[in-house]
Amino acid sequence: MSFVPISYYLVLSAILFGLGVVAFVFKRNVITIFMSIELMLNAVNLAFVAFARAHNQLDGLVFVFFVIVVAAAEAAVGLAIVIMLAQNRQSLSVERVNLLKF
Amino acid sequence: MSLAFILFAFCALLAVGGAVALILAREPIHSALALILVMVALAVLYLLLGAPFVAAVQIIVYAGAIMVLFVFVIMLLNMGVEEHTDFSKIAKFAGVPLALVLMLWVGHWLAHTPAAAAVGTSANIEPSSTEELSKKLFQQFLFPFEATSVLILIALLGALVLARKEE
Repeated sequence: MSFVPISYYLVLSAILFGLGVVAFVFKRNVITIFMSIELMLNAVNLAFVAFARAHNQLDGLVFVFFVIVVAAAEAAVGLAIVIMLAQNRQSLSVERVNLLKF
Repeated sequence: MSLAFILFAFCALLAVGGAVALILAREPIHSALALILVMVALAVLYLLLGAPFVAAVQIIVYAGAIMVLFVFVIMLLNMGVEEHTDFSKIAKFAGVPLALVLMLWVGHWLAHTPAAAAVGTSANIEPSSTEELSKKLFQQFLFPFEATSVLILIALLGALVLARKEE
């Protein structure tokens, strides 16, 4: 085998995204939940780059930059919210943030 | 088994192992380090896909800036080990099977996409030129590029307002 098929990259991307979903469902710490979102964004980026290579077009790579910018903005605002949460609740567990829970 | 395939398999295993470690770790800081491992492995995969500039941005912005922010906040708050409660029934009986089904279904669909069927990356692929990429970014995608600068400004203001101490 002299090359790596694009589909291998896409399957790896799907596996990483699935693991991100599992982490998002299972984790109890707000920061870790944020990190699982970053994991999912990374998986999507891998799919973008793989498709850009498959079609020999650069649009996918440009889109990756926008995804990274949005991820950076999301991390900045999200972590500010996490700091607020930690100051108000003295805990990072999502179980303690149940004011709006039905 | 070419060198490129061995490198791909190594980095793929590293990335999946890092993602599993993120799920299993009890300490948030261990999860953060596992995520950095995933990001570095993905940067090598971007190099393998012939996108060196994206690989550099991945290391500098993602592993460098965003994860440092995460590690900084984790160490600033220092809330210790994640407390484990009983998994909710929804998470146990719906979340895990649904995530597995999603993973298998998306993987199966992607593996049989016509676009992905025939194309492969050869070992000595020519990297996409950064010049072409910047031309595309600053001509065709100029308006979205400027819009993201407004987005970053708003995010900056939002973070400032949220993290500010109440008078």
